[in-house]
Amino acid sequence: MRGQDSNDLAKGRRVHVTGLLTSAFTTISHKAHAYGIECNINLKMQFMLLFSRQGKLRLQKWYVPLSDTQKKKISREVIQMVLARKPKMCSFLEWRDLKIVYKRYASLYFCCAVEDQENELITLEIIHRYVELLDKYFGSVCELDIIFNFEKAYYILDEFILGGEAQETSKKNVLKAIEQADMLQEEAETPRSVLEEIGLT
Amino acid sequence: MPAPIRLRELIRTIRTARTQAEEREMIQKECAAIRSSFREEDNTYRCRNVAKLLYMHMLGYPAHFGQLECLKLIASQKFTDKRIGYLGAMLLLDERQDVHLLMTNCIKNDLNHSTQYVQGLALCTLGCMGSSEMCRDLAGEVEKLLKTSNSYLRKKAALCAVHVIRKVPELMEMFLPATKNLLSEKNHGVLHTSVVLLTEMCERSPDMLSHFRKLVPQLVRILKNLIMSGYSPEHDVSGISDPFLQVRILRLLRILGKGDDDSSEAMNDILAQVATNTETSKNVGNAILYETVLTIMDIKSESGLRVLAINILGRFLLNNDKNIRYVALTSLLKTVQTDHNAVQRHRSTIVDCLKDLDVSIKRRAMELSFALVNGNNIRGMMKELLYFLDSCDPEFKADCASGIFLAAEKYAPSKRWHIDTIMRVLTTAGSYVRDDSVPNLIQLITNSVEMHAYTVQRLYKALLDDISQQPLVQVASWCIGEYGDLLVSGQCEEEEPIQVTEDEVLDVLEGLLVSNLSTPVTRGYSLTAIMKLSTRFSSVNRIKKVVSIYGSSIDVELQQRAVEYNALFKKYDHMRPALLERMPIMEKTATNGPAEIQTNGETDSTILDTKHPPNITQPASQANDLLDLLGGNDVVPVIQTTVPTKPASAGGELLDLLGDLSLTGGPTPTPAPSVPISQPPFLLDGLTSQPLFNDIAAGIPPMTAYNKNGLKIEFTFERSNPNPNIAVITIHATNSTEADMTEFVFQAAVPKTFQLQLLSPSSNVVPALNQGSVTQVIRVLNPQKQQLRMRIKLTYTHKGSPVQDLAEVNNFPPQSWQ
Repeated sequence: MRGQDSNDLAKGRRVHVTGLLTSAFTTISHKAHAYGIECNINLKMQFMLLFSRQGKLRLQKWYVPLSDTQKKKISREVIQMVLARKPKMCSFLEWRDLKIVYKRYASLYFCCAVEDQENELITLEIIHRYVELLDKYFGSVCELDIIFNFEKAYYILDEFILGGEAQETSKKNVLKAIEQADMLQEEAETPRSVLEEIGLT
Repeated sequence: MPAPIRLRELIRTIRTARTQAEEREMIQKECAAIRSSFREEDNTYRCRNVAKLLYMHMLGYPAHFGQLECLKLIASQKFTDKRIGYLGAMLLLDERQDVHLLMTNCIKNDLNHSTQYVQGLALCTLGCMGSSEMCRDLAGEVEKLLKTSNSYLRKKAALCAVHVIRKVPELMEMFLPATKNLLSEKNHGVLHTSVVLLTEMCERSPDMLSHFRKLVPQLVRILKNLIMSGYSPEHDVSGISDPFLQVRILRLLRILGKGDDDSSEAMNDILAQVATNTETSKNVGNAILYETVLTIMDIKSESGLRVLAINILGRFLLNNDKNIRYVALTSLLKTVQTDHNAVQRHRSTIVDCLKDLDVSIKRRAMELSFALVNGNNIRGMMKELLYFLDSCDPEFKADCASGIFLAAEKYAPSKRWHIDTIMRVLTTAGSYVRDDSVPNLIQLITNSVEMHAYTVQRLYKALLDDISQQPLVQVASWCIGEYGDLLVSGQCEEEEPIQVTEDEVLDVLEGLLVSNLSTPVTRGYSLTAIMKLSTRFSSVNRIKKVVSIYGSSIDVELQQRAVEYNALFKKYDHMRPALLERMPIMEKTATNGPAEIQTNGETDSTILDTKHPPNITQPASQANDLLDLLGGNDVVPVIQTTVPTKPASAGGELLDLLGDLSLTGGPTPTPAPSVPISQPPFLLDGLTSQPLFNDIAAGIPPMTAYNKNGLKIEFTFERSNPNPNIAVITIHATNSTEADMTEFVFQAAVPKTFQLQLLSPSSNVVPALNQGSVTQVIRVLNPQKQQLRMRIKLTYTHKGSPVQDLAEVNNFPPQSWQ
């Protein structure tokens, strides 16, 4: 998998160097070049998936660059593995060289892939914090909320986690930021509807 | 054109689809509508359309045609557009597509936007999926934002910097100035992300690590405040203040304290405090304790602290929560090497975890149990482990069996116990045992001389029960072949001897030959076992018959064996007794693979003679020739040089290449029975037991015989003490290239007036970068004191391709042959 990624990337790079960038093309160090799940950079969290008990994906956030086909394959594999777990088993799975940390909340599975050396217990807390944020925002969140407002779920996640690491440890601050951004969005939208009402579009 | 349907409505519609086909139809229809809307460059509804596209993408449908639209949204001035645009970019684009670079300019502008939420979007996107080029272009902007006083932006910039460093490590230096006062921030978000940034820098660069060590006191203070401060509603999680920050600080302390006495001392107190004061009723407290334990074990902590840490892990093991137990087992596995005794105290709890229902916990418990086995607890532990082997899932059996063998070998209290344990493993998990265990076990059994009768009896009885487990069958056949005489004679001290006739034994072995359950390898074992019994049993005719039948077997391996055994009966009957004699005790040489292959003569070459190093009574005729040449000291020569049935091909090949030089030697390591001690103890006695006259002191200088393509061969000289006509040359082969040279074979030929003997090499792998050398001893008899010349041939495999070279060595120092 890794060799193929490197080739694809190298090909891609050769194409765009001629057109788009003015900055010099320099080689990437070996470590940075190791893409994909077998990444040896210290990426703590590689991806997060939310899926239903039937295996339907409700949210997917990837912190490593992968092609669509790879993402699909990985999601399928991980979802299958997690759904196959019995209730009495612990929340951690070893998969390839990663650890999958998962927890079920009602009908949704929250699943994170972290590197092997990561503290699994704190990852469970991260998952729990995300659920709390969703809960506060939507008011007793359920799966339907996330289905119909998936973009909001992403926005909230992006205010909590950036590049695989938590950026804000205060629940209040995350929710405040989302609130303000939502207001900004509304302000941008309202003038238009007023104009529409009057008939001037 | 009617307005495109809203996102929510689309979702609702799609969810009403009852079949996959129906859903696909709806999606295709909507995609077509979206496509035409994109073509019309409709700014108003672009946002809505992209949002719908993202939903359909999540369902698994292709959405690549929306990529450029995402870029247009990002470039728009409206916040709503930007929000969806950046989300779309993160979901649909990645570094592989050239398109993503078009974002760079937009991101740059947005990083300098007047609204912090727009800046936030840009930072988030860059920090999640920025490619190396983008990172290079925008690192400056990120660095600027890292110094801003706006904490909302500062924390994001810090994580963005982490991403930049991961992608382009060379840029790490430029963020150094901005880190100066990061830790004096009050805002927890900034603190947390700053600690992450510092951690990343320290992990990547030892210089940064030493630079940041001075932060240890500050970090300790921050941690202390977190623990001692009262309830803070904003950061509280189940009574603990900002556990996320605590964990990150502990991790940074771990990195800073590792290997450094002063830093470790500075953090001793706070670690003890955290370890004792943290509330453990909820997962969050245990998460902090876990991190603390990891830190204590990694730094140079005092022993009291280490014991405290292990006790915490011990308590974890008793926790009802299986997650905690899992985590405890993982950490104990890491610490068992360094703090063995402390971990031993929790042995019984660990062994109990073998019975846990969870697969991951079982595996860890198994690994840990093996690590804890020692001479004192071997009996008890083995009982538990054998029970585990019986009941565990197939995925564990191979590892467990190997582990048991290793442990038994190291700590067996008695030979009988050892054999019993092996029997137990073979009978319960026989099919899962690794292939290399068979030769190891055979060697073990051979060496337990007093247990031969007991072993063969037990193995025989096991065979009567079940012939499906191949490793068991192979070991049993081998033993019956060797010790069949003990079996029928009914002499067993350890247990009640069974009464079995020769015919019954042969029935069993023949049964193996015909059974469908036997693999070809097993059949080979049983045929050879039958053959060996021809010198131990009296029913030779029956054996002859069996052997001749298989002379026409379809299996080429069996056929060859049968044909050769037949030949033994017909033409070489005088050799048969000696060849098929009891195997001598095999010593395991410490070096490598060839030793193991030597211990199991079965699986190897079909050349009979090389499998069975004859004991002291070699047929006299063959001994005489070399006796004369090598002087009275050596009674029996190296096997290779005397056996008439040596395949002509090998010799011929070399003869061709080496022309008029007469050939001796050139053994390949694998079939060499010339293991130092099992070898008729003559040649080596000449070398090792008698003090060698060290001619290096007397001044025979070593010489370089060959030096090409990174392979260098040096000769060092010694004179064999008893016989001054024999020069003993030791070759040292070293490899200065980056790849190992495997299957290395050194061959030599000398002029007719000399006699040459090559002993077995130390190994056949010359490690790369001069990390080791292969040595081999050559003994040259030079009765006429002529000038020594030698032609050498080297074959090896380097980087996957075979290499062969010939060379002449003429630069022998005069002292070596005069």
